[in-house]
Amino acid sequence: MSEPLLRVVDLQTWFQVSGMTAKAVSGVSLEVRAGEVLGIVGESGSGKSVTALSFIRLIPDPPGRIVAGEVWFKGRDLLKLPWDEVRKVRGREIGMIFQEPMTSLNPVFTIGMQVMEPLLFHYDLSRDEAWERAVQALDGVGIPDARARMGDYPHQFSGGMRQRVMIAMAMICDPAILIADEPTTALDVTIQAQVMELMLDLHRRRDGAAVVLITHDLAVIAETCSRVLVMYGGKVQEEAEVVELFERPLHPYTKGLMDSIPHVQDKGKRLATIRGNVPSIFDLPEGCKFCTRCPVVEPRCWTEEPPLREVAPGHRVRCHLVPGTPA
Amino acid sequence: MSGNATGTGPLLEVEGLHVHFPVHGGILRHVVGWVKAVDGVSFAVRPGETLGLVGESGSGKTTVGRAIINLLRPTVPGVRLSGAIRFASEGGVVDVNGLDRAAMHPVRAEISMVFQDPYSSLNPRMTVEQIVGGPLRIHARLTKAEIRERVLALLDRVGLQPQYASRYPHEFSGGQRQRIGIARALATRPKLVVADEPVSALDVSVRSQVINLMQELQEEFGLTYLFVAHDLSVVHHISDRIAVMYLGSLCEIGTAAQVYGDPVHPYAKALLSAVPQPDPHRRRSDRIRLQGDIPTPLRKPSGCGFRTRCPLAKPSCAEKVPELRDVGGGRLVACPEV
Ligand SMILES: Nc1ncnc2c1ncn2[C@@H]1O[C@H](COP(=O)(O)OP(=O)(O)OP(=O)(O)O)[C@@H](O)[C@H]1O
Ligand SMILES: Nc1ncnc2c1ncn2[C@@H]1O[C@H](COP(=O)(O)OP(=O)(O)O)[C@@H](O)[C@H]1O
Ligand code: SF4
Ligand code: SF4
Ligand SMILES: [Mg+2]
Ligand SMILES: [Mg+2]
Repeated sequence: MSEPLLRVVDLQTWFQVSGMTAKAVSGVSLEVRAGEVLGIVGESGSGKSVTALSFIRLIPDPPGRIVAGEVWFKGRDLLKLPWDEVRKVRGREIGMIFQEPMTSLNPVFTIGMQVMEPLLFHYDLSRDEAWERAVQALDGVGIPDARARMGDYPHQFSGGMRQRVMIAMAMICDPAILIADEPTTALDVTIQAQVMELMLDLHRRRDGAAVVLITHDLAVIAETCSRVLVMYGGKVQEEAEVVELFERPLHPYTKGLMDSIPHVQDKGKRLATIRGNVPSIFDLPEGCKFCTRCPVVEPRCWTEEPPLREVAPGHRVRCHLVPGTPA
Repeated sequence: MSGNATGTGPLLEVEGLHVHFPVHGGILRHVVGWVKAVDGVSFAVRPGETLGLVGESGSGKTTVGRAIINLLRPTVPGVRLSGAIRFASEGGVVDVNGLDRAAMHPVRAEISMVFQDPYSSLNPRMTVEQIVGGPLRIHARLTKAEIRERVLALLDRVGLQPQYASRYPHEFSGGQRQRIGIARALATRPKLVVADEPVSALDVSVRSQVINLMQELQEEFGLTYLFVAHDLSVVHHISDRIAVMYLGSLCEIGTAAQVYGDPVHPYAKALLSAVPQPDPHRRRSDRIRLQGDIPTPLRKPSGCGFRTRCPLAKPSCAEKVPELRDVGGGRLVACPEV
């Protein structure tokens, strides 16, 4: 296999909140490979966004701190780079679409200004050139009458259009990696489908670029991703090719998630559930992070955290009951 | 159902419901326009059934629910309501649309609501016992001890331990708060529960717990649900029938199998084809791509509200608002072209 585009080794990102430490991400290792759409799925608070924000050092400090880890990109560890070097990578080589469109577009600047901004920052372009490229980019994401709308402000755009503007901005410098954090969660189903297709279309046209798609929706994962990481309690619990994960989920948490999806043929029957509630980030158990809810928990699970082990090529699982070779 | 004044008739019958919100502008805050949030909606819900109400955000689902529990007049000054919302209460059929407080009082206990957002819908300064028991103090002549007893029984029934009664909402997770909201909604032993996106804010791993709980409670207490949601697989799972809304109007209403499995209205078709499937082998290639965005209800297109995005639209669609008509099997569709 060729060298991955991005390699993350044992990332730890913690937050200090009223005297307590929240280990939002505690030891995440992963690879992003050329051409793939990598999905990161997990419930609220499992550490998906913090993981992705850590790649490009966008963790607010304080209260957050990247405590340990390495993020290798083009032969350099982004976590050790000086600030101005990180800023050259961010937006230029790693693009990002954030969870909430309204908070990520600045309400006081025109759409045109905001779409041009990455071009002016990263390249030596004249304003006129940047303006033209921004018009093309907006046109490319299906904003009708793009030229005329460059002077509009974000509130004049609908949610779906704002999200398309975000995509245009994130892709305008042709990044090698696009990180999309719940890019469609706030949108309606039909608009969601439009935006997702647009993103994947643009991705397919860019040879060798990768998308990291963060979502809590397994159906979105099934439809769009080639490989998936399942996170729970700040850790990767399972990792596999998408078909393998859906056909052979091995971690009890992944199995529980898959089973709780309503299926048409089981209409009206009781759904399978995962017992209990998502634990607070401050009360994560010492051993396996899932032990408070796991249906097959054993005594050792409470005290000993299992390692992530390879059970088949490319399929890794963190569970005492799933034997494999240490990854 | 016993106690249903109309015997086998519908428990709820909404007919020609309009809800228009005023838009104020200018220095004098004159009314400069109307948001036609609900613009002529009719449907009926039978006792014991679950009617799922789906549609994109802003299509008017919540407003329909708020009209049914009669929350609009008191909270939105100047709102314009018309049409009928006939509810078969213990004391006979009552049109609750826009009723004043006093007239609403006798039926208030029979209709309740579960809200979407388990974070903001519970008063942070009240204990769980005060929250769940609140509706009882207003509606039922019960002693303090009786209220406490009923609250504890409700908490037990929704899967919360009795010691939680004295705690405050911030001490609970989203799923637990939604259980508290459900217990509160059931306190007065209602017949009809309007559940507005009750699981949308919940994590996948607790969503199925809450759906199961709602189904168990329905069987146990013979509840009738109006279940609003935008997750169509969840709606299909829980509903007997499904109604699809777009820009304040109903497009299609039929059994869950009809609407989910084989929708016929052009919007319902597009909506269902956009739902992602949790199966990597079944990636859709047949998705209907809708053009453009949903218009705002402030500037609703004339005629059929869907015509600006409809792949079948013809000039005549701009002229007349299509009415629901029976296309067979009890299914109603508002489009003359199908
Ligand atoms: N700025 C912050 N200050 C304090 N805690 C934070 C901050 N940002 C994140 N956290 C905590 O870190 C944990 C992981 O958060 P993260 O945003 O990565 O979750 P997520 O998996 O993206 O969830 P969601 O699905 O809700 O977006 C959470 O417990 C969160 O409360
Ligand atoms: N109090 C209000 N004043 C003005 N407009 C409102 C009010 N409540 C809702 N609306 C508008 O009515 C329309 C329907 O809203 P709503 O019923 O909440 O839709 P849904 O629940 O389907 O998302 C929206 O355009 C919304 O902005
Ligand atoms: S390690 Fe133990 S608690 Fe964790 S998932 Fe496996 S069996 Fe369950
Ligand atoms: S009435 Fe016309 S615009 Fe409306 S759904 Fe039917 S064909 Fe489409
Ligand atoms: Mg997040
Ligand atoms: Mg709503």
